[in-house]
Amino acid sequence: MGYKQYILVCGGTACESNKGVALFAALKKAVEENGLVNDVQVVRTGCLGFCEKGPIVKILPQDTFYVEVKPEDAVVIVKEHLIKGRVVSRLLYDKNQSKINVGIEGIDFYQKQFRIVLRNCGVIDPDKIDEYIARDGYKALEKALFEMKPQNVIDEVSKSGLRGRGGAGFPTGKKWSFAAMQPAGQKYMVCNADEGDPGAYMDRSTLEGDPHSVLEAMTIAGYAIGANMGYVYIRAEYPLAIQRLETAIAQAREYGLLGQNILGSDFSFDIELRLGAGAFVCGEETALLASIEGKRGMPSPRPPFPAVKGLWGRPTVINNVETLANIPVILLKGGLWFSKIGTATSKGTKVFALTGKINNSGLIEVPMGTTLREIIFDIGGGIRGGKAFKAAQTGGPSGGMIPPQFLDLPIDYESLAKIGSIMGSGGLIVMDEDDCIPDIAKFYLDFTVDESCGKCAPCRIGGRKLLNYLDAICKGDGTYEDIDNMKEISEAMSRASLCGLGQTASNPVQSSLRYFMDEYKEHIDDKKCRAGKCKNLLRYSIDTAKCVGCTACARVCPVNCISGERKQPHTIDSTKCIKCGQCFEVCKFHAVNRA
Amino acid sequence: MAKLTLADLRKLRDEKQKSMDKRDPSNKDAQIIVGMGTCGIAAGAKETFNAIIEELDAKGISHVLVRQTGCMGLCHSEPTVEVIVPQMPVVIYGNVTAETGRKIVDDHIINKKLIDNHICDKPAMDIVR
Repeated sequence: MGYKQYILVCGGTACESNKGVALFAALKKAVEENGLVNDVQVVRTGCLGFCEKGPIVKILPQDTFYVEVKPEDAVVIVKEHLIKGRVVSRLLYDKNQSKINVGIEGIDFYQKQFRIVLRNCGVIDPDKIDEYIARDGYKALEKALFEMKPQNVIDEVSKSGLRGRGGAGFPTGKKWSFAAMQPAGQKYMVCNADEGDPGAYMDRSTLEGDPHSVLEAMTIAGYAIGANMGYVYIRAEYPLAIQRLETAIAQAREYGLLGQNILGSDFSFDIELRLGAGAFVCGEETALLASIEGKRGMPSPRPPFPAVKGLWGRPTVINNVETLANIPVILLKGGLWFSKIGTATSKGTKVFALTGKINNSGLIEVPMGTTLREIIFDIGGGIRGGKAFKAAQTGGPSGGMIPPQFLDLPIDYESLAKIGSIMGSGGLIVMDEDDCIPDIAKFYLDFTVDESCGKCAPCRIGGRKLLNYLDAICKGDGTYEDIDNMKEISEAMSRASLCGLGQTASNPVQSSLRYFMDEYKEHIDDKKCRAGKCKNLLRYSIDTAKCVGCTACARVCPVNCISGERKQPHTIDSTKCIKCGQCFEVCKFHAVNRA
Repeated sequence: MAKLTLADLRKLRDEKQKSMDKRDPSNKDAQIIVGMGTCGIAAGAKETFNAIIEELDAKGISHVLVRQTGCMGLCHSEPTVEVIVPQMPVVIYGNVTAETGRKIVDDHIINKKLIDNHICDKPAMDIVR
């Protein structure tokens, strides 16, 4: 009993519509005709990604990945691959397209993803320190404490080219060396887990799936800079991540991997959690430190930088969760290994929380330099419902909207900055033709206005002004003077705001004005919202030629503004209409027009 | 467990590595691993987890270890479950409701057949092993 080989046929909607059903039947038939029914199972899968190259067929256990397979190819796959064991090379996915240098691992490989940060996520039980240890956990700490001097650790991190994954991309090795250069005495290591961008959950998932990797990295960083105390600043809305971190800290203490004289060395280090109340501004490092000190979470001017004068006035390094999760791998595999992955200026990988109008939303990790097209179409499986891609937003409310012409741009810190966005912490929201650009800009401004701490005028007043202009535009009351003012205010905010929140808050406005001016123009000139999102600009009417008088719309209308006799064309009283759109949804005859 | 010395840690790692490689903790030769991040739990992973354990008990199967792990990254298909059975490919299933969880026990574990329409691709190769 038991099959020897398995043919997996992608059953995702894209592949299904691409003759996937016929292919599945053809493979089953070929297996039967060749008498392999007891040896080979043909299985339909969920979406395997790579939808543009569908239908996809995968053979297990060999892990062969065939693309663009036609029903006619079924016989060849069965006769050549299954019976004779010869790979059908013309159907293989072109391996040379992989961004990963195959030489790094010497593995044939079609996946677009490369997991350094997420190496243990979804593999180990996060509540069991032994499983982390079995997967080389705390081996990097071992190496640092017993084989390396603090300066060697910093050198290795510098060599790797790792840059801060919280968004700004400051070189991690440099940050550590600034703190290390300060005179010996009390220093602190802080992990920024105050993830707050709408739609971003990279850090939460990392902490929930692999808490020890962050604890190990903090301990290594403490050793490198001469700190004996670390804090994880995490938002209270992440109860599971907090629980798993608490378990992990207790286990590490029990094993002597935290506390006095770690592993019998003369290095001591401990970690405590500090819970944030969920203010977005506390992700900014000076505000975060203020919050840990028990003060109101507000930023302060830099310099002095925290590496010189941070927590309670002492030298402090603040690293983001994802940055830290890279550290153990960098020490074990070497900075050089890490520096081979990615682009000239941005090394390693980036984790993205891929959400929005995408088929396969998910937590992904790709080498720097991967294009948006690869992320959205190969990994993400394309736009939901086969609609047209309109824009992608990286960096959450601090980022910009990226239009379709940049789908093939390799993304790294520099390339994103050049097109008016930022890498950010890793939220990646995909928008389609049903999303209205001014409306999205309004959504983000609404968020940053809400989250602005109010300390500096450019952010407090500028953000509110921008929001008011956007509101007017979405209501059809906008003017070109508003646009000019928005540009001027945006500029002032990015130059004069005290912290990153205000400096970047206008990015959604600036980028959308740059790439989607036509949509703003439509809202201003034609009072039209092509996506049908801006309620005030919509008008519902009934096409009397199509209406059969079924009364479905009249029954569903919450304000009773639709009238008409049974089996007679109905009409909408637009003075009473609240534009809820229910009549549009309910009409089976497409008789309700929305314009 | 007392505080580890360097030698203790290395010994522990060797032991655990062996048991993980053999995939044979406590004399069980198969594993069902349920993704239990916030995302998975929100999508019903706890119900799936319980259903799998109940079904294993009901069928009197004792050679399967049921474990939890963090997010596998396949948010579009939560809850996700990985199944490791000797002489069969390692498979990740998506959209595993309690019902599909029971099916995993009946079809995959008992009948050694993969289940239609639920297989997801492994997102990336493993850089540790």
